[in-house]
Amino acid sequence: MEDYNFAYLDEQTKRMIRRAILKGVAVPGYQVPFASREMPMPYGWGTGGVQVTAACLVPEDVLKVIDQGADDTTNAVSIRKFFSRTAGVAVTEATTDATVIQTRHRIPETPLQEGQILVYQVPIPEPLRFLEPRETETRKMHELEEYGLMHVKLYEDIARHGQIATSYAYPVKVEGRYVMDPSPIPKFDNPKLSGSAALQLFGAGREQRIYAVPPYTQVVSLDFDDHPFVASKADHDCDLCGAGASYLDEVIIDDAGGRMFVCSDTDFCAGRRAAGHVGRLGEAA
Amino acid sequence: MSLAPQAMTGGFADAPVQSARAFRAALDALSRPGRIVAVEGVQPPAPLSVAAGVLLLTLADGTTPVHLAGAFDCAVLRDWITFHCGAPLVGSDAATFAVGDWSALHPVGRFAIGRADYPDRSATLIVELDHLTAAGARLTGPGIADVAHLSLPDIAAFQHNRALFPLGFDTFLTCGDRLAGLPRSTRVEAV
Repeated sequence: MEDYNFAYLDEQTKRMIRRAILKGVAVPGYQVPFASREMPMPYGWGTGGVQVTAACLVPEDVLKVIDQGADDTTNAVSIRKFFSRTAGVAVTEATTDATVIQTRHRIPETPLQEGQILVYQVPIPEPLRFLEPRETETRKMHELEEYGLMHVKLYEDIARHGQIATSYAYPVKVEGRYVMDPSPIPKFDNPKLSGSAALQLFGAGREQRIYAVPPYTQVVSLDFDDHPFVASKADHDCDLCGAGASYLDEVIIDDAGGRMFVCSDTDFCAGRRAAGHVGRLGEAA
Repeated sequence: MSLAPQAMTGGFADAPVQSARAFRAALDALSRPGRIVAVEGVQPPAPLSVAAGVLLLTLADGTTPVHLAGAFDCAVLRDWITFHCGAPLVGSDAATFAVGDWSALHPVGRFAIGRADYPDRSATLIVELDHLTAAGARLTGPGIADVAHLSLPDIAAFQHNRALFPLGFDTFLTCGDRLAGLPRSTRVEAV
């Protein structure tokens, strides 16, 4: 595409984002402010992730975009097409073929490899925001490593529900220092944050923050000794591919209470079916 | 004022693509301390190395003051950076980027380490080395699966920098067309 600079953003903007990414990598889990630009899509559709991806892309990249695990939903399709046109990069739906994966609210089931970059779209980057609305205060809390309020919140979950009811955007502590919002991924995905071989970058466009988890970095989900963290999922197997350990979406299939559970990661599910696995409602390939 | 001819040449020929590749190399290096990557695309005047020149043209601009230390504070380099980056050239305490060999950058305590509420407001040092190999000081920490090794010019200064975490400066080590990253998060030990 001749009408735009490579990867859409101008060079001055990319330099500014690149400097923020590097500082984010140097201080894992700390939210680096950046001068987020208006993008040709509304806030809430991944403007932060798109800017991080634009700053990272090289022409040789193979880009995968997922929305809640799926490659074929509106958000994923439009962002993939956007970079296909403005950066000329190859695109794929296969996790193993991708060099850069932009994601909304899931980590792929297939373990990530060295050399891959996972870019998260983040709506609210501040894990303490719903507990303390003032930025001046949350900044001071991060500065002083004062995270007691977050433990009170988890404790109140237990007092009210008998267990920690937070099921997505479950707070984590990175390298024993910063408490971080992993974006609204299901807590089922939290263990994959820690010690990943891939570099993980987080972009929040409306809130103007970038943060990072370098490869092989310790990420611990907050919990209590007597209420340890549990990476929960629906207690079923995938009805299409039969997978017992992948994160599932519940789909209503009729008006008589019928439902099915399917893998949220479409590439993972399709790969298993192609390999001959068949679930309860699946058809043999 | 007149510029030397070499101050106006040697930049990226295709900045969007070449700086994108350069940034990916720098990102790879900083997120995996101990890894040495090669970069290309610029021919800066001596004494600046290709790798240091690539880093400056990829990351520095009019909003990032640059400090030239020791022998690197020469007219042709000042002109080259002014022409290609437009970066203000400043003293060590105001620098976002500082370039020089280790002896000229030392004492590194004079560079910005960020503030407790904004640890990102810290300097990035670009240290020019005569040799850069994956041997020597033992590195552990984020980005390193087990252990990595890197030929650092100093041990104590980087240990002190790590002790300041989450404050501290971040470092790129450059030699010819190769560079390595050493973020403040890396723990350094002598072997």
